[in-house]
Amino acid sequence: MIRTPLRPLARILAARSKGENPETIERENIRLRHEKMRDKSRARAEGRLLVLAAIFVVAFGAIGLRMGAMANTDPSEPRGTASSAPILAQRADIIDREGRVLATNLEVFSLYAQPPQMIDAERAARELVRIFPDLDGERLLEDFTGSRKFLWIRKKISPEQKQAVHEIGDPGLLFGPREMRLYPNGSLAAHILGGASFGREAVSGAEVIGVAGVERMFNDYLNDPAEQGKPLQLSIDLTIQSALERVLYGGMKLMNAKGAAAVLMDVKTGEVVAIASLPDFDPNDRPRPAVKGDPTDSPLFNRAVQGVYELGSVFKIFAVAQALDLGLVTPFTKINTRGPLKWGRFKIRDFRNYGSELTTTKIIVKSSNIGTARIAQMIGAERQQEFLGALGMLEATSFEITEAKGGKPLKPGNWSELSTMTISYGHGLSTSPLHLAAGYAMIANGGTRIRPTILKQDGPQFGERLISEQTATAARVMLRGVVTEGTASLGGVPGYAVGGKTGTADKPRERGGGYYDDKVLATFASMFPAHDPKYVLVVTLDEPVETSGAKPRRTAGWTAVPIAAEIIQRVAPLLGMRPEVEPGQLAGITLTSN
Amino acid sequence: MTEMVYGTIPVHTSEPVLPKWWRTIDKWTLSFILILFGFGILLGLAASPPLAAKNGLPPFHYVQRQAIFGGMAMIALFLTSMMTPVMVRRLAVFGFLLALLGLVMLPFFGTDFGKGATRWYSLGFASIQPSEFLKPGFVVVAAWMMAASQEINGPPGRSWSLILTVTIVMFLALQPDFGQASLILFGWMVMYFVAGAPIVLLVVLAMMVVLGGGFAYNSSEHFARRIDGFLSPDVAPTTQLGYASNAIREGGFFGVGVGGGEVKFSLPDAHTDFIIAVAAEEYGLVLVLVIILLYVGVVVRSLWRLMKERDMFIRLAGTGLVAMFGVQAMINMGVAVRLLPAKGMTLPFVSYGGSSLIAMGIAVGMLLAFTRTRPQGEISDIWRGSGK
Repeated sequence: MIRTPLRPLARILAARSKGENPETIERENIRLRHEKMRDKSRARAEGRLLVLAAIFVVAFGAIGLRMGAMANTDPSEPRGTASSAPILAQRADIIDREGRVLATNLEVFSLYAQPPQMIDAERAARELVRIFPDLDGERLLEDFTGSRKFLWIRKKISPEQKQAVHEIGDPGLLFGPREMRLYPNGSLAAHILGGASFGREAVSGAEVIGVAGVERMFNDYLNDPAEQGKPLQLSIDLTIQSALERVLYGGMKLMNAKGAAAVLMDVKTGEVVAIASLPDFDPNDRPRPAVKGDPTDSPLFNRAVQGVYELGSVFKIFAVAQALDLGLVTPFTKINTRGPLKWGRFKIRDFRNYGSELTTTKIIVKSSNIGTARIAQMIGAERQQEFLGALGMLEATSFEITEAKGGKPLKPGNWSELSTMTISYGHGLSTSPLHLAAGYAMIANGGTRIRPTILKQDGPQFGERLISEQTATAARVMLRGVVTEGTASLGGVPGYAVGGKTGTADKPRERGGGYYDDKVLATFASMFPAHDPKYVLVVTLDEPVETSGAKPRRTAGWTAVPIAAEIIQRVAPLLGMRPEVEPGQLAGITLTSN
Repeated sequence: MTEMVYGTIPVHTSEPVLPKWWRTIDKWTLSFILILFGFGILLGLAASPPLAAKNGLPPFHYVQRQAIFGGMAMIALFLTSMMTPVMVRRLAVFGFLLALLGLVMLPFFGTDFGKGATRWYSLGFASIQPSEFLKPGFVVVAAWMMAASQEINGPPGRSWSLILTVTIVMFLALQPDFGQASLILFGWMVMYFVAGAPIVLLVVLAMMVVLGGGFAYNSSEHFARRIDGFLSPDVAPTTQLGYASNAIREGGFFGVGVGGGEVKFSLPDAHTDFIIAVAAEEYGLVLVLVIILLYVGVVVRSLWRLMKERDMFIRLAGTGLVAMFGVQAMINMGVAVRLLPAKGMTLPFVSYGGSSLIAMGIAVGMLLAFTRTRPQGEISDIWRGSGK
């Protein structure tokens, strides 16, 4: 318990002894002490308040002085500061595998004015309007003669325009350096390069930033001063890219397709030598993303990398290769192909009736859905899923452009036995053409996993082995058979022993509910030369229809295959491959005797 | 007899309210405030049309709103200033409790308007920031506690007020709103200083603030980025600060002329946090100095009158209110001239702001109520007050 002392004790005691109430005395005492205290504290507070007021006055005074000092200095232009490195010519070039320029910088100039330094504002305005007819002369004159101290006139002018402005000779017109991204090849490899735009802008320069493709993926690298402008070398070959795009474009028009994609890949290194998606765009003047319509129809959409489709029968070779590797079948095993194959309510049919049984090789050559589905049944869902996963078919590719992340395969939520059967012939699993090319590269290189890359590599990739050399060879023999005697008979290119597999997949309806009857995605996945493949080429056409015959033809054999053959014919010599021609009869010389 | 029949004529034992108010109010401070508000409207005419255009509103939408809220703020100011200190104290305690409740409930019902800090309640037509209303209430409550602790046999009010301060500061730091938190802390420290804090303790507290700031710098990215922006030797020209300082330079001594400014087009906060930059650009240093003088006038006048005040509570509460008012203005302008790190704080009565304007009106109303001339006890005091 805290005792409160009785104060003043003497008087209280005296009052108590007299029988009076001591409370009043105590209260009076408190009042007096309080008063004294209050005076004391007030005296102290007075001093402190004075200090406080002085502090405020000084602080406000400091702000006022600073304000005055700032008002007294000349306005600086919005100039890039010394602390941030100069922006000029910082972004590295992008070159192709032979060192040819794919993207570089062009030095241009920005034009701005400092009206106080102007000598003849009227003439300057008049002359400027003569050089840049879209400027408003009156507005310009108003700005020049008003109280403004700085204004932008143009953010980008060419050297010729700069010279013309220079010749006006007015000291109030000034130039700032500026760097702009230039793609000298126009729309060539547009989807790979992507495009660039301005980030931070100032008088002394503007920062260039990548908005798509490798420009965006390697933005930090390209802008990194530590790399000292070392160019970024891609695996693309400019000439081959050009030939491929050219042929693909012509083929797309001939086949009345609404889009097309092609991938040409080195089977050992995984380097993508050429890759195209049509329609395309000019990265120098990158269009804005469309706000309406299907985004996958936009020219900006990269069908080869971003687009995932059910690619159809081209997948059959994976099921067959796996079954061969597991020892479930040999190329000569007879498989029951009596149709239709019923699974619950679902029926699997072939394009034509191929009889009651076919060998494994024939299943590929004739492209039998039923036969492939039966082989897939032998493999089983789990092993199939594992194999396709190891092949990289179930995740986005590691391809080094930003859009690759968007190319994430669509796989069934529940990998049932029916899914196993449909996936074996390329339905129920959607992948990009690039995935497919990587898968075929695996078969082409003798059975090791390939990860596609856009950067130039020094040597082959040593991916994990997925199938044995013998299996890969057997699979290639089958693929060669497809071209020599099967569905891709138009794919033969003399001297290059093309092997491959066609795929004609009905397109699923956008709103669900089955497939279109008259819209297909035609694909031809090929490798050449089949006995020792160097390159894999995948050509995909979106909704092609070939109308030269009596009936419109949509199958890949009639649409994608001839285009692929034409591409191979054009690019193989450019790739430095010699045709393997049987020495034919030499003109006019006959062997008469030994 | 007449009186017995007709009743007595009502006798006013005290002076009528309005004449008494007019006689005792600090007319200088009142007129300074009104002039500041007028400048606010004038600058709003220049600063807010670009924003209104951006939001697709009629050009003077924000000016109209400012006038409406300003009118409400002025009513609040006048009403509050007519109250007696006791009345002010009672209402302020209620208001404080309400605002505190609002502050505590913010994480559950508040909105951040996409600005990264949950500080507001959205009411549809306007938004309310509880911490704005909390500030004047807090000052009064803390002053009351401190004054009570000076009574003989009084409660330990100083410790209570410290606990209260720390609690509020913590809640504000959680939002995070370090600006208001430091303002509250500053208000408490000023009151404690005037209430007679030992000097040693003040030094220790100042050190603690430094340490706390260091901690906040290390733990909050939001906070750290603003400090970094301040400490970097050269400001990037396309930041808010860059535009603001350039606008001040552009304006020079007499400005580029009414409506000729450019900064309002580049600064998203031209009508609130950087209104002084607009003033400097369009009207030049002259207007800025006038505005600074007006703030100094309010602060010094009020402190001068509080020096003569005998009552501990009134003196403390008045000091706290005027200190917060002054510091808020100082921080706002200090940021624009880059003497202080960027901190979103409005310029009292000049910046655009709905509920904060009303809160400020209430706060200054309280200040005026506290600084009214009143009899100061004994004859010696009156002598002292009138300069002997």
